Amino acid sequence: MLRRVGLRGEAAIVGIAEYAPQRRYSGPRRFMLEQWADLAALALADAGLRPADVDGLVCANVRESEQFVPSTIAEYLGWKVNFAERVDLGGATPVGMVWRAAAAIELGLCDVVVCAAPGRPTPSLPPDQPRMWSPFGASSNVMGSPQAEFDIPFGNVAQNVGYAMIANRYAHEYGYDPRATAKIAADQRTNANAHPDAVFRDVPITIDDVLASKMVADPLHVLEIVMPCAGGAAVVVASKDVVRRTRKRPVYITGFGEHLAHKTPTYTEDVLHTPIGPAAEQAFSMARMKRSEVDCVQLYDCYTITVLLSIEDSGFCGKGEGMRFVAEHDLTYRGDFPVNTHGGQLGFGQPGLAGGFTQVTEAVRQVRGEAGDRQVPDCEVSYVSGTGGIMSEQTALIVQGG
Amino acid sequence: MSTVPLPRPRPIEATEPFWSALRSHRVVLQRCGACATWIHYPRRRCTACTSEDLRWEEVSGHGVVSTFTVARQPTHPAFADEVPQLLAVVELDVGVRVTTTLTGVDPADVHIGMAVVPSFDDGDDGVTLLRFTPA
Ligand SMILES: [Zn+2]
Repeated sequence: MLRRVGLRGEAAIVGIAEYAPQRRYSGPRRFMLEQWADLAALALADAGLRPADVDGLVCANVRESEQFVPSTIAEYLGWKVNFAERVDLGGATPVGMVWRAAAAIELGLCDVVVCAAPGRPTPSLPPDQPRMWSPFGASSNVMGSPQAEFDIPFGNVAQNVGYAMIANRYAHEYGYDPRATAKIAADQRTNANAHPDAVFRDVPITIDDVLASKMVADPLHVLEIVMPCAGGAAVVVASKDVVRRTRKRPVYITGFGEHLAHKTPTYTEDVLHTPIGPAAEQAFSMARMKRSEVDCVQLYDCYTITVLLSIEDSGFCGKGEGMRFVAEHDLTYRGDFPVNTHGGQLGFGQPGLAGGFTQVTEAVRQVRGEAGDRQVPDCEVSYVSGTGGIMSEQTALIVQGG
Repeated sequence: MSTVPLPRPRPIEATEPFWSALRSHRVVLQRCGACATWIHYPRRRCTACTSEDLRWEEVSGHGVVSTFTVARQPTHPAFADEVPQLLAVVELDVGVRVTTTLTGVDPADVHIGMAVVPSFDDGDDGVTLLRFTPA
């Protein structure tokens, strides 16, 4: 018997808030709980909802609390919630938050869920205070961690080299067109140039600029790699009943998927069949939608190779055809396959863990028709991906206008 | 000179036989006594069948480069003296893959599929790292 998996498509994103990304943050430093309260207030105002309406929250880390994060946030904001989650999926977290919120709503647990990820600098703390981040980035150097024992001692740390090794493996199996991966960065930059808040709004780049930029880890050039910035975002997800009293066009969550099997790519069975494959398959089948029905895609883009693999493994072209697909399609907001219409994190900015929210908020703006100069005409459906670690965990989301 | 100390492995009880073999310039890996699956890194239970009957077997340590990259910027300040870092994943002939670095080879000469053999790097701290060099 076939098991019916998933959502009925009755929960919608009804509010968003996003701090404009900044390469050099000039504003006041705020604790993450303070940023959480601020972002939540802005997102609720966008939705036209009141704090008393909130009965669910989804968070990630906050610097002020190592544990008991959801209850700390609920208390700080004065919320009483029936559903509280802390998501730990790296860059896949924001998409993971949104589908969890939708699922909790469809289960009937709650009606209004706020998801947020602050990403502005926090006040500097006295030296006796615990450090929030490991000096080895996303790798754990704590004794007993497999990374500490088998990866970090070789210098296999942070993300660049992991993605570079995936790109080289791709080159070996399917061939590599450096102009195609560079085109991803260049096309997305064209999109960023049409977004008033993008950190690179004033700086166009060409394929040749990308190829002439510094090589960081072969074959990845510096212009193919995200640079961190300050920012942050929040999203309000609400039930069908609540949607009626919100202000903006509801953006329904009709499909999602999530898949993960490794932390370090060394130990995965096939590094080129990425987790977004099964995640996307589930999302599209849940939404009962074909790839061709998607009007724009917002793909997590920590690196250009991430976008390439996400186009392929999400099923927009065949395996091994990604380079040709990118070369033959216009990925800009004016193009025949619009990708990361806000510029992606490569062009808009990567505000820490909130980086993945930039793809969610852009999908919402496109479906609402609020994307200004970069608006994709008649945008009804957007596909969003999230990626954490080194293609370690990936999440997929399909949103549709109501 | 980098002033940041290099991160070094700290073997735990479950992994000690692996490290102790490397000290004597041998490579041993875990193999499941119940289902014959090779396992790396070492664990307490088989990832395929959950058996605790994991046995240590010596292997040649020969393998091929599964993928690699040349890091032109240090991946962490501790590795500043090693740039360009020649990071690789090597697939051993029994099928498991290990994170490593390549030594004794010009970065321009490295290619995926290249046959490699162990190059035991004995540290002052009594830990030997399993690096690889062209066969
Ligand atoms: Zn077994």
